[in-house]
Amino acid sequence: MLFSPEQIRKDFPIFERTVRGGKKLVYLDNGATSQKPNSVLEAETNFYKLHNAAAHRGAHQLAEEATQAYEGAREIVAEFLNAPGGSEEIVFTKSATEALNLMAYAMGNAHPGNRFHLGPQDRIVVTEMEHHSNLVPWQQLCDRTGAELAWFEVTPHGRLDLSAIDSVITPNTKVVSLTHQSNVLGTINPLEEIVRRAHEVGALVILDACQSAPHMKIDLAQLGVDFLAFSGHKALGPTGIGVLWGRKNLLEDLPPFLFGGSMIEMVTMRTATWAPVPQKFEAGVPNMAQAVGLGAAIEYLSSVGMDIVNNHERTLTEYLLQKLNSVDDLSIVGPNDSEARGSAVSFTVNQIHPHDLGQYLDSQGIAVRTGQHCAWPLAKRMGVPASTRASLYLYNNEADCDALFNGILGAQKYFGSF
Amino acid sequence: MELDSLYQEVILDHYKYPQHKGLSPVFTAQVHHVNTSCGDEITLNLILEGNQISSLTWDGQGCSISQASVSMMSELLIGKTLDQASLISTNFSDLMSSKGTSSGDSLILEDAVAFAGVSKFPGRIKCALLGWMAFKDAAIQAQTD
Repeated sequence: MLFSPEQIRKDFPIFERTVRGGKKLVYLDNGATSQKPNSVLEAETNFYKLHNAAAHRGAHQLAEEATQAYEGAREIVAEFLNAPGGSEEIVFTKSATEALNLMAYAMGNAHPGNRFHLGPQDRIVVTEMEHHSNLVPWQQLCDRTGAELAWFEVTPHGRLDLSAIDSVITPNTKVVSLTHQSNVLGTINPLEEIVRRAHEVGALVILDACQSAPHMKIDLAQLGVDFLAFSGHKALGPTGIGVLWGRKNLLEDLPPFLFGGSMIEMVTMRTATWAPVPQKFEAGVPNMAQAVGLGAAIEYLSSVGMDIVNNHERTLTEYLLQKLNSVDDLSIVGPNDSEARGSAVSFTVNQIHPHDLGQYLDSQGIAVRTGQHCAWPLAKRMGVPASTRASLYLYNNEADCDALFNGILGAQKYFGSF
Repeated sequence: MELDSLYQEVILDHYKYPQHKGLSPVFTAQVHHVNTSCGDEITLNLILEGNQISSLTWDGQGCSISQASVSMMSELLIGKTLDQASLISTNFSDLMSSKGTSSGDSLILEDAVAFAGVSKFPGRIKCALLGWMAFKDAAIQAQTD
């Protein structure tokens, strides 16, 4: 069957409602969170209705079913990412933010002699385009360990400046943590060169895939990174579920972060040993229904086909850029072509403050994000304290882009020229 | 349309022609406040003569609501005593939390009753309060210094 966003939309009940006094919902805030198809809502509800019990505990049928459902979701995620070591490499967290914090805290727990141990002689590398969730945990880890924080700068066109890669990723670099796709600029970063240099000096690469995994085929056997994090709710799944993938041998060496039930092997009054991965990183009763919901989300995406989703978004992003570029006084913040960029498009419109533009668009039923998008250093670098962001997904179509275009023209008229 | 209750003409006027914008070279207290969710920021200089506000100047960047609100606040508070200013400020805060049920006391708030519509937009209340929070802070600092 031919791909049709209008057909897809029928699977998402939220598009049946209207907003702001009967306006059709034009949802362009997918970079913040995606809408959910019926199959995800049903999977989550059915878990509670039919199988609810604490996974990995209990000597009864429901506990068995809950465990199967939860572990089944782990297998679905492993297959989705093509994890070379299979589902044992998939750690469920409550969010991508938690996954990245897990990495930073776990490294902070590493004793001297452990490959993850950090000290004042070590360096951590990030980029200027990181979301706060992939910047602040590393700042804090540097603060606790004395390690040095370094970063790749961003060019005025919104690309990483790799011209000094060898002096950024130095021989004492232990970790390079970067975003796959900027949540503000839409830029897709060139991983090959960064991974090559990082591995050359023995550094590990952590990839924040929040903005990429929901929108393109991720093949971990090819990417070369060592860890990857993404969130379920941006990929049609529920909130409260995130994923950390890591190479099995690395996860085995990485100390745990959260301690408690499920993550132990043996406990005495003074000591404890850890369960094998991935349980070592999953203390407490996990977010089971949410994991199952994420499994259903991934099955939905896979049934459409990630290549088809990606092609659709690329074509639509080109159309959106073309429409936006035809608006007087509008500037795109980030790459102005569809080359190596995703479907998050940020922009400013002459003197209309993004908050005011967003408010006007909202009055027309158009949902966008405004502000600094949890990336203050990037906003400062780009010289735009705030911007408006439209971000697309598989259910968006040209009519949505046209609505945004007309909305911006409407706002220009409404606020007049300043 | 509903939007017009938010963007009253007097608000857009103050946004286009901000009053008392440009910081005084001297001050009794200076504060810098930001709205962390959107990046709006305001620097406010307060000069007290005794208990009276003799000058209130500011600089900043942000949306029409935050900038017009601080502009109108400056007009309203200059010449007032700290006690009067506190009463006005409390009145404005109450209006902002009224969820659209109050049209504001024009005897106290004068033109600033135009912000009554903001209280119907939960996402914008912080914008309208940015300057007022900065003033509260400056008044406390000026009295403790």
